[in-house]
Amino acid sequence: MSFQIKTLDIEPRRQTFAYIARRFGADRPASRYEEATYDVQARTNFHYRPIWAPEYEIHDENRTAVVMADWYVFKDPRQFYYATYNQSRAAMNQVLDGNFDTVEERGMLARVAPEWLATAKAYLVPLRHYEWGANMNNFTIADYGYGTQITSAAAFHAADRLGMAQVLGRIGLLLDDQTGASLDEGHAAWTDGAEWQDLRRAVEDMFVVEDWFEVFVAQNLAMDGILHPLVFDHFDAAGQAHNGAPLSMLTGFMVDWFKDSSRWVDAVIKAAAQESDANRALLSGWYATWSARAVQVARPLADRVLGDVGMGEGAEAAVATVAEQLNARARKLGLDV
Amino acid sequence: MAKKKKMGLKQKYALLTRGLDWETTYQPMDKVFPYDKFEGIKIKDWDAWEDPFRLTMDAYWKFQAEKERKLYAVIDSFSQNNGHLGLTDARYLSAVKLFLTGVSPLEYMAHRQFAHLGRHLRGAGPRVAAQMQSLDELRHAQTQIHTISHYNRYFDGFHDWQHMHDRVWYLSVPKSFFDDAASAGPFEFLTSISFSFEYVLTNLLFVPFMSGAAYNGDLATVTFGFSAQSDESRHMTLGLEVIKFMLEQDEGNVPIVQRWIDKWFWRGYRLLSLVGMMMDYMLPKKIMSWQEAWEMYFEEQGGALFEDLARYGIRPPKYHDVASKEKDRISHEVWAIFYQYTHAAGFHTWDVDEAHKAWLSEKYPNTFDKLYRPRLEMWKGMADAGNRFYNNALPQLCTTCQIPMGFTEPDDPSTICFRSSEYGGDTYHFCSDGCKDIFDHEPEKYVQSWLPVHQIYQGNCGGASVEDVLKWYHLNLGTDNMAYEGSPEQKLWSQWMAGRHPVAAE
Repeated sequence: MSFQIKTLDIEPRRQTFAYIARRFGADRPASRYEEATYDVQARTNFHYRPIWAPEYEIHDENRTAVVMADWYVFKDPRQFYYATYNQSRAAMNQVLDGNFDTVEERGMLARVAPEWLATAKAYLVPLRHYEWGANMNNFTIADYGYGTQITSAAAFHAADRLGMAQVLGRIGLLLDDQTGASLDEGHAAWTDGAEWQDLRRAVEDMFVVEDWFEVFVAQNLAMDGILHPLVFDHFDAAGQAHNGAPLSMLTGFMVDWFKDSSRWVDAVIKAAAQESDANRALLSGWYATWSARAVQVARPLADRVLGDVGMGEGAEAAVATVAEQLNARARKLGLDV
Repeated sequence: MAKKKKMGLKQKYALLTRGLDWETTYQPMDKVFPYDKFEGIKIKDWDAWEDPFRLTMDAYWKFQAEKERKLYAVIDSFSQNNGHLGLTDARYLSAVKLFLTGVSPLEYMAHRQFAHLGRHLRGAGPRVAAQMQSLDELRHAQTQIHTISHYNRYFDGFHDWQHMHDRVWYLSVPKSFFDDAASAGPFEFLTSISFSFEYVLTNLLFVPFMSGAAYNGDLATVTFGFSAQSDESRHMTLGLEVIKFMLEQDEGNVPIVQRWIDKWFWRGYRLLSLVGMMMDYMLPKKIMSWQEAWEMYFEEQGGALFEDLARYGIRPPKYHDVASKEKDRISHEVWAIFYQYTHAAGFHTWDVDEAHKAWLSEKYPNTFDKLYRPRLEMWKGMADAGNRFYNNALPQLCTTCQIPMGFTEPDDPSTICFRSSEYGGDTYHFCSDGCKDIFDHEPEKYVQSWLPVHQIYQGNCGGASVEDVLKWYHLNLGTDNMAYEGSPEQKLWSQWMAGRHPVAAE
């Protein structure tokens, strides 16, 4: 015997929207990602040019030097649309909340060596301003980018960066007994501390880059590709000798996020580089400039953090390792490195 | 070890958000934030901004993910159970077609434009508020697409909504409205969308569509409406906060803001005439008349708002009196336009039946029987004689609102209202003093308008015949367009209903 509910069977007259059927060459059922992402942005017959940028249309392919025959080849491997994006991050955040509770309830930070706690505070808290800068840069992409596929993912990525800036702030509050003093110190370090100035200068320079695709390469591939592994892998590993494991529980969000978001970043770079030799040359040039810059700004930070715990001689090697990993990644994506 | 007291969301928000910002020194602030001064709005203290959302991202993810889970469960269930069979009538879907092709693309545009503000406003507070609204608007665009996707599988006119939005003549009305806001500076954008639209007029736009859904068995759309409600209240709060912030920062801002309020009131009001038509003519089960909605939501609620804003030196928007004079006319005038141009539209119109006419007569005692009933009856007679009226001449459009010139003089409902201006050796035409004023203030902007009728005559819309143009619109001729009577949609609906009520037959 089987359980069978009889339902009204009404034949649909079409399976999906015409723009999806045209794009995929068949009227077949479409995924929610496809229906809500492909070809959603207006393309033509804009009524007025922005009074603040009359050289462009409201959405304009010419806001970047990258040329694409089709701007919908940047499929997000995660297939995020609004619902799936928020559900993914809510789930990640639930894990993070659990970790915060565990660390707090069990007083686990008391077991971390005090000098490492001080060092961790000194590099984690100012970094929230870097994430805030990355938030701005990704909203630049969501603003000026072309096509819903890349701009919606950039908006999610930007929201992630605000979220991580706030995670880093929460860590600060945990370390300063919820007084906010660490946030003030972090702010002062970011604006005036010697080891942060090269990085801050690079972030501010990215703010004024006009080509949004260059911003993408600079922020999401080059700077993040050096800084995230350096901070959340190498620095964190250095902390293990000082019982830093509870801190790893608090920064695990960033590690998971980097893995997750790199899949999208890689898909974008690969598709753009694959499109033409001209694109590849352009992206490779931007990559060369900004990865060199990232290595340069990472060095003083690595010297300071690893030097603080007597591992200063490892700083050069740590930066060289992440740089080599990034170069290998970029080569794999089709860039000339 | 005792657990420390958890911080409230508000306190946490302030510590974790406001302090993220810094004064750039390697690059000048004016280069990092290049767009927030040219409009002449003076901001002395960005920190005086009262953050309306006060959400950290973790709370945002959590709330929104939960809302999405519930919404998609309903959408799935609706789809699985042929929810469309529960509609009052297939004619209701003309309203949904207008919504998907006219409104959903604006939600998307709002997402992009709030992204622009979320990057470019100088203060951290307003920037984060704009970012969250940007995400919310993307949500609305995407959930509307997903909700209405089900209707696309069974009904006509939904299939190529974005293609149509960029081209079809009447969709240039909502498109030009939003393009106008998006091409303005950031403070004008906030005044137009956050204040005039989301705060002052939202009960006359979004709400009638959602209430229409509730009244007509559209469970999917009304669930979306309820789900979006908490987002919308945030946006309304932002709209009011924006205005107060600008007005409090500098006295010199008052006349600039007043001019924007005047402009965007009229721009929004003209767009709402399409909603008025929808309310009075397209809903099989009606919520209230356009006139009643106008009286309740603009004259009463809006009146109280402007009394409140008077202390800043703000007066009610110019021509609000004209809008009130027109309140028993515009829905009928716009329906007449769409009735006669249904062959060029992506939705159906129909001959209004006796019960509907009785309702209109009751709701519009001063105008309907005298001015509009005779026209509807003439058209019904023509249709019964096999000669349903379609107007094959292309209409003249208002350069500003882009609606065909079918509105009448404020004090004479029997005379079409024409206004015009000369600029650069050309003559531009308008439907009203409100639209003329808007043009006259910024003619260099409005001469750029992509006016569908002009574009057709210039040969930019697929060809010289009406059929060429409709194909260029991607209208499926004979299914998407024309009268509801005799349409494939009507036939299918009758079949489905017959299958559904077998006991009722004979």
